[in-house]
Amino acid sequence: MNPTHRRLAAAVAVPFLLAPTLSGCASDSHGRTKLTVLAAASLTETFGQLEQSFEKDHPAVDVVVSFGSSSALAEQVNQGSPADVIATADDKSIGLVADDGNLSGDPTGFAANTLVVVTPPDNPADISSLDDLAAADFVVCDPSVPCGSAAQTILDNAGTAATPKSLEADVKAVLTKVSLGEADAGIVYVTDAEAAGDEVMTVDIPAGVNVVNAYFIAVVKDSGHADLSDEWVSLVMSPAGQGVLAEAGFGAP
Amino acid sequence: MSSSAVRTRGRAPLGLTLPAATALAFLVIPVAAVLIRAPWGTLVDDLSAPEARDALRLSLVTTVTSTVVCVAFGIPLAWLLARTSFRGRSLVRAMVTLPLVLPPVVGGVALLLAFGRNGILGKPLDDAFGISLPFTTAAVVMAQVFVALPFLVISVEGAFRASGERYDEAAATLGASRWSTFRRVTLPLAFPGVVAGAVLCWARALGEFGATITFAGNFPGTTRTMPTQVYLALQDDPDSAIALSLVLIVVSVVVLALLRERWLSGLST
Repeated sequence: MNPTHRRLAAAVAVPFLLAPTLSGCASDSHGRTKLTVLAAASLTETFGQLEQSFEKDHPAVDVVVSFGSSSALAEQVNQGSPADVIATADDKSIGLVADDGNLSGDPTGFAANTLVVVTPPDNPADISSLDDLAAADFVVCDPSVPCGSAAQTILDNAGTAATPKSLEADVKAVLTKVSLGEADAGIVYVTDAEAAGDEVMTVDIPAGVNVVNAYFIAVVKDSGHADLSDEWVSLVMSPAGQGVLAEAGFGAP
Repeated sequence: MSSSAVRTRGRAPLGLTLPAATALAFLVIPVAAVLIRAPWGTLVDDLSAPEARDALRLSLVTTVTSTVVCVAFGIPLAWLLARTSFRGRSLVRAMVTLPLVLPPVVGGVALLLAFGRNGILGKPLDDAFGISLPFTTAAVVMAQVFVALPFLVISVEGAFRASGERYDEAAATLGASRWSTFRRVTLPLAFPGVVAGAVLCWARALGEFGATITFAGNFPGTTRTMPTQVYLALQDDPDSAIALSLVLIVVSVVVLALLRERWLSGLST
């Protein structure tokens, strides 16, 4: 993607991404201070939980978490949309914000996500390792989305000759194909497998061939609530925050 | 129609022309934007890239196949709806139109539940013959037939009704069987409608995305059709996505122009 296109994509995406933020801009009916947190979509469940505990500790604060893809969130900050904290699912996206000088301080790693093989609960193709994929009907994400490029890297690392049956548009579609039993296996994030619960069985991928996605968080330079923003970051880094993340399947940073 | 005899006076009121112009602009501007932003300089390269060519070829093969299937099975269904009366005919017509209003992704899920490896028909099929439909080119055709068939059935049924039953009756009076009446009278009279229906059906199949990616998946050369290629290219190669979109727009415009010139006028008489 050349810069013109990225800008174009951002110009198209920003109004939609902003919609929830803007609607929250009208001063809160209870006169609370609004703290805007931009977070990667895979943090939906965990940051939702942290939002509740933060608001419990700060009754005068209304935390608004806006979820989206990491690259879109980074563009949003760089285009000057009001935000206090940004948390991305990779270092590349937050790096773009840092490069434009829109962060106060360096990004902090707060979690890691790896990938696993999932199978239907009865594991019809008897998958117990990456090598078994070669003889199975399995699906992964398309290489144009992060979980797809990660899956490709893993298959390359493992040196298997396995070819997927389908390149799905996103990680949820991979999970659906597997949980419906249409595919014998799929490669998804650990946290997605965790969220799917009993609908899938999980087969670990050895650390040597796995891909680790590091999650980063930072306070936005133009944040009007630097103290509260710092407190949010502290909550995420605290034992309580890390506990919530660990429970969802995230690894330590 | 005698409406042309009734002359209205004065200019069209602003209260009508303004919203009308807005509506038109809303429809035209996005299409114009594709033309303006199209990567004209690299258009040939974008369209001849292996992935784009695979998608073009697959779309062509699958849409022609699904149109043939729709014609072969849709015309008899249209005849049944237009020329016979039976209990529950209105229910049958409602079922035929359902895919028109159903979100295509829902159609894809329904196809999976019916013809998937664990589907109510797919599982016996897999158990008995080892045939598994998802992730195959056949599944792409099935998804296209599912969404496009209603266009054919409804156009052809309309054409059968418009040509009227008098000629059928005349043929019957002269001793023709129902089959030869259909073959030599009903079908030829409705031919423009059949062609229009087939073209509409083909155009809908060409644009089919939601049911395809849900039921058939996405793999280059096997199941990745043009709309899927556009959707995925948008994530990392917008130029290629715009170039492919341009092809789909041009094809659609040509189809509409042909229909208007040749056949739609025949339909409305």
